[in-house]
This record gives sequence, C-alpha cells and structure tokens, in this order.
Amino acid sequence: MAVDTETQFHVLAVDDSLLDRKLIERLLKTSSFQVTTVDSGSKALEVLGLREDQQPEHNEIEVNLVITDYCMPGMTGYDLLKKIKESSSLKDIPVVIMSSENVPSRINRCLEGGAEEFFLKPVQLSDLKRLRPHILKGKSKEQETENTTIISTSTGTTSSSGSNKRTAIAIDEDLAPNKRTRLRFSSSSSLTLV
Amino acid sequence: MEIGNLQRRYLDFASTLFHEGFLDNQFTQLQQLQDESSPEFVLEVVTLFFEDSEKLLDELSRTLNQQAVDFKKVDAHVHQLKGSSASIGAQRVKNVCVAFRNCCEEMNQEGCLRCLRQVRNEYFLVKNKLETLFALEQQIVAAGGSVPMMW
Repeated sequence: MAVDTETQFHVLAVDDSLLDRKLIERLLKTSSFQVTTVDSGSKALEVLGLREDQQPEHNEIEVNLVITDYCMPGMTGYDLLKKIKESSSLKDIPVVIMSSENVPSRINRCLEGGAEEFFLKPVQLSDLKRLRPHILKGKSKEQETENTTIISTSTGTTSSSGSNKRTAIAIDEDLAPNKRTRLRFSSSSSLTLV
Repeated sequence: MEIGNLQRRYLDFASTLFHEGFLDNQFTQLQQLQDESSPEFVLEVVTLFFEDSEKLLDELSRTLNQQAVDFKKVDAHVHQLKGSSASIGAQRVKNVCVAFRNCCEEMNQEGCLRCLRQVRNEYFLVKNKLETLFALEQQIVAAGGSVPMMW
C-alpha cells in the first residue's frame, strides 16, 4: 500500500456518536486524509493543545482541519468552533460543522462564526471534495504538488479495490455513470508520474 | 448451489430491499467505502447500528411508560435513533423517527407510544433483512465466489 505519507493532511473529527465517528473516519481515510477522532469538544481541545494548564505550543499534534458534529452534549460544535476561532494559536485552522438537521439559522450562525463549510449528515464522499480548498488555504507553497499527490493516492486506492472479493456488475442503467467516473479516475492515475 | 445462482439471488434480494424502501442510497455509500483495507466495514457499522438501536428502544420504552413523561428526553433518544438509521441508510426506520419527533413536540404520549411500536417493528424488519443479506454474502464467499456490487 504505497501511500504518500509525507504530505498527508491531518483531520480531527469530533462526534459523540460512535457510529458516526466510524463513518467519518472511513470517509476521511478513503479520501487520503490522516484522521484522529474524539468524542467530545473538550477532548478535541486537548488534542489541539488548548487545555487550561497547557501552553498551546506544548505537545500539540498538528491538525490541518477540524470537522465536528453540531449537536453534542456539553460543548456543542458551535462552542468548539468559537473556542478555536478565539484562540490566537488555533484560529487559522479551518473548521467544518456537520449536522443531521437542516436549520438555516443554525447554518448561518456557524458560517458567521467562522466555519468554512456546513455539511448535512449523513456526510458522503462527494462532500469531502469540498474540504480540499480549505485545507490548501492553511498551507504554504507546497500546496499544488500535495494536491496532485492526494488525488493520485486516492484514485490509487479506488482502483486497487476492484479486485479480491468484489466483481463489478452494473445492474442498473442509471448507475452506469458512476462506474464510468471511477474508470476515468483510475486511468488518469496510471498516467500520473509523481 | 452454484455461484452464479447465489449471486443472482443476492442481487435480487438486495434489489427488493431498495425498492421496498428498507434501504436507501446511504447504504450503497457504505458499501462503496468497503475495500481490502477495511473489508468488514459495512458489517461493523451495521453492528454498531444494531447495538445503538436496541439500547435506544429500551430507553424509549422506559421513558415513555413513566407517569410523567420527559418528552425532551424522549426526543433526544429519537434524534439519536434517527441519526444512526440515516447514517446506515435504514430509510423506513428513519422515516418513523421523523413522525415520532413530531409527537414529542406535541407532547402526545399516545402518539409517541404508537410511534415506538412502529419504529420497533421497522427496526426488527430491517435487522432481519440485513442479517439475511450478510448471510447471502457469506454463502457466495464460502462457495468460492465474489460478492457482486449493486451499483
């Protein structure tokens, strides 16, 4: 499994539901992100190095993006967003909020509070494509090469998964376009000479 | 039974689950996320759903059968159940949860109890269907075949 590890972006995912944590972790890994999951806002702040008794620079793990559920007991996703944006050391980390409820006022509040994106749950692979521009914003000039690396790595993963236990049989005309899309990606990955 | 027949049976069964609304596209999304690096992903997630749901159903029963019903608590549980059923694509369960939340908002105990019965039925139905689906997959693999993709 030749994954390019030097330029993997690290996403911190926060959700109190174990099922949703498992899902978001899988989605992020499939999209070639490095992932850490925690079950609460306060644990997230710990990982980010923002405990009251700690200096922000001490022992922190580098995180390139935080994706958090909105509805959580104790600290909500919105509370976490505010804490991050109010911290001088963390305010540039992009934050994305997820929610199962489509409440316009909630969405606006989060975006106005500094969230980059608001995802409706259940989050899908196609939603994660919207993460890339935000991650790149946080990094310097190596951005473009890294972007290419990520794309080739993720298509590499997709194209290698067609083997072993699964045989592709399109049973529905409508579903054929998806299959075509996957084939397009795998053929371009074979051309990528990174 | 020969592999081709097993595969056809699997695809037919899976197809009905979608057509009858037991499962929606989110379930397909889960299957697409499964690969050699995570070969049991769907089973693991669905198992979490089973565990979560049964705990929630018990809690709901307890909470709704009290003298003074705490509708906020009931709503919180239903919200969780709605979320996890949506996450795995258990469409019919999710839909009952939507109606259930309305009854909570109206603080309608009768209505809530009715919804609880309904959601419990839908849950056990989809659980049964999913277990059958996984068993069919295992049969195919045991016969030396590969599980066909549904998309």
